[in-house]
Amino acid sequence: MRTCNPWLARISALTLMGPAVVLADEAIDANSVNAFWGVSAEKFEYRYSDSDEKLAVIESDAWYGSDELKFRWQFTGEWEEAHNAWETLENQFLAQTPISEFWDAKAGIRIDTPEGPDRVYGVIGLTGLAPYWFEIDTNLYVSDEGDASVDFEAEYELLITNYWIVSATFETLLAFSEDREIGVGKGINSTEMGLRLSYDLIDRSFSPYVGVVHERKYGDTADFARASGGGTEDWFAVVGARLAF
Amino acid sequence: MTRRLIAVALALGLPAIGMAGEYDLTVDRVKIDTGDFVKEGIGYNGSSPGPTLRFKEGEDVVINVTNNLKETTSIHWHGLILPFEQDGVPGISFPGIQPGETFTYRFPVVQAGTYWYHSHSGFQEPNGAYGAIIIEPEGREPFRYDREYVVQLTDKHPHSGDRIMRNLKSSPDYYNRQQQTVMDFFTESREQGFMATLRDRRMWGQMRMMKADIEDVQGFTGLINGKGPEQNWTGLFKPGERVRLRFINSSAMTYFDIRIPGLKMTVVQADGNNVQPVNVDEFRIGVAETYDVIVHIRDEQAYTIFAESMGRSGYARGTLAPREGMVAEVPELRKAPMLTMADMAGHMDHGDMDHGSMNHGGMDHGNMSDGAMDHSNMNHGSMNHGSMDHGSMNHDSMSQGGMDHSAHGAGMPEDPFYASGSGLLPTASNGGKFLSYSDLRAQSPLYEEREPTREIEMRLTGNMERYEWSINGVKYEDADPVVLQYGERVRFKFVNETMMTHPMHLHGMWSILDVGAGKWNPIKHVISVAPATTVYMETEVDAPGEWAFHCHLSYHAAAGMFRKIVVEGGPDEEVASGDAQAKGGDA
Ligand SMILES: [Cu+2]
Repeated sequence: MRTCNPWLARISALTLMGPAVVLADEAIDANSVNAFWGVSAEKFEYRYSDSDEKLAVIESDAWYGSDELKFRWQFTGEWEEAHNAWETLENQFLAQTPISEFWDAKAGIRIDTPEGPDRVYGVIGLTGLAPYWFEIDTNLYVSDEGDASVDFEAEYELLITNYWIVSATFETLLAFSEDREIGVGKGINSTEMGLRLSYDLIDRSFSPYVGVVHERKYGDTADFARASGGGTEDWFAVVGARLAF
Repeated sequence: MTRRLIAVALALGLPAIGMAGEYDLTVDRVKIDTGDFVKEGIGYNGSSPGPTLRFKEGEDVVINVTNNLKETTSIHWHGLILPFEQDGVPGISFPGIQPGETFTYRFPVVQAGTYWYHSHSGFQEPNGAYGAIIIEPEGREPFRYDREYVVQLTDKHPHSGDRIMRNLKSSPDYYNRQQQTVMDFFTESREQGFMATLRDRRMWGQMRMMKADIEDVQGFTGLINGKGPEQNWTGLFKPGERVRLRFINSSAMTYFDIRIPGLKMTVVQADGNNVQPVNVDEFRIGVAETYDVIVHIRDEQAYTIFAESMGRSGYARGTLAPREGMVAEVPELRKAPMLTMADMAGHMDHGDMDHGSMNHGGMDHGNMSDGAMDHSNMNHGSMNHGSMDHGSMNHDSMSQGGMDHSAHGAGMPEDPFYASGSGLLPTASNGGKFLSYSDLRAQSPLYEEREPTREIEMRLTGNMERYEWSINGVKYEDADPVVLQYGERVRFKFVNETMMTHPMHLHGMWSILDVGAGKWNPIKHVISVAPATTVYMETEVDAPGEWAFHCHLSYHAAAGMFRKIVVEGGPDEEVASGDAQAKGGDA
């Protein structure tokens, strides 16, 4: 029989103190979780333009890391059906860290390998939540050709109900110098505005949507587009889904 | 106290009074069927919840725990006063129980009442690894009852614990389906005016905070003793009996508001300790708390035990009935509460706030009948929220500044454990008595009253957008342990600077909740701290060793709202060092 005398138990406890000290680091692993991951596709859609252009568009994001440091891989692709080619094919590899309560800074590289000339860029950016729930993402790119540009994206979600959600997006690209080879002119290049109505069908993992997107090119960029036989303004009907795992 | 008595008894060479009870538990993969969904989970002896363990005060227990999982496990005996290396927290008390290993817990049972046990490894507890503990007292109890039931609640979710944590980290509102919508905006505009509603939204939007941020994890099925609302756990009684219900909230994340329509409940125990009886119509049970109530049932009819989640996103339901199969009406969920500016106090610096320019004229006090104060009619437009600095708000000065909540009158209850004007202040559905911490008085004080030796401030902090939780702004992994000295009486000051309610749990030692009743302050093991409130508790530091202290919301603890507590000194230290010297002398 064992009488569990508290004194005896405590003495044996103290003889265990050695191992307990060794355990100090393990304690961190055992009682809090430090690394997480996520995979999502904010856009996974098909676009039909009023001029009969058909595009498949993917914008996806995979991340791994801690509260202090995350690694992201962001993939953006636009497949044009008529040309049977990637009009946009972009991979960004980024490290991201918080700089304030609502904002993260990020840095890394972007590798563009669409049809035509490739580009590699250095990226620094800012992402976070602005007052009134605007999600903002903005980046400065410097290409291997020495050209600098800035993009800016804002998104706002309007809850019709807790499952029916309208999201409004705005994107723009501004270049500080011309890179004629890839059709980038100096100044404001383009804007894209989107409005999508989605429904959370399975949790927030699968949310099909329909919507409209308006794309417009400006200035020299528009001229380049016209010169290569493209349009400068398009309305698209979109159908797709938001995915998250 | 009891422990001291045993020690004294042993010192006097009296025969050991404890009998030894031996228990075997296996930790297994199990299927959990909630009636809404079936899910793989973790249980004990093949089921979730595990078996109810019945101990007797004064006995020495031996519990053999065999790990049949492929991962490390542990069992923590929640609320039990025991030697620290028997406490079951991997990395603090012991290394954990490896797959295939049998670990034997041995400890004397020095208390009585209702407690529970659960895994302290990963998210095994949300996944189903929990069970009840009932400890029969050595002496007589100060109340009578004819029969008793354990009523163990949990919030079983279709997602695994790991998945939930990951989703919350990806998007903190992942599970929140009670957010304010465009529809709500229109409804509110009709009721309170367009401009007022717009101002309200603008104010919350500016701060990037949500009024609906009450429950992190919705979408669960509430279980009572492992049974979902449809499966309807039923406890039988004979008319005329007094039935003791031992409520245990084993949820990962959910506070429940409990009522049994048609019956008054007499609260006789809180967290295992006898309290002076209070008759209530409804009570809120924080995560990991236990409350024992007695219901005197005279009529031969069925009664519903209805446990609504605090955010009204789900419920657990059971039945008390004279015969199997009888049911009573199941109430509807009440409207979800919303947080108010008062709950946000921790986020505001009122130094910059010009109370004089707040337009109170638009506040319709007459309409504030449901206890949930609505600030949306207040003209916050003239409040400069942009420059608010957090944490230095003082409620007292707030009321002097003209925002006198006590004058809101019209039968609106006040409770020191909720911010004045809090949206979380509960009311009984039948307009009757809702239990407050302020009602709790110890039946017989466990400790002599004395002045605390020092005060330790614990600010409960977090960043909801990032789903980070911390104490004093520091997460567990970055924090030094809190060092206490054996023999101290420490006063803890909890300042909740977040917008969520946190059930704070200290292992190994009692938490004496300050309700302003001196030596009659109740003794607990979980202290729930509502948003924008300051709550005090005192601890007699009478247990040497290393202990865990944390928020009992599983995902808050895992995100960092956790501390190691080291109690230095104590009578054993001399014995131990003497022992070590003796060993050293031998070598
Ligand atoms: Cu918490």
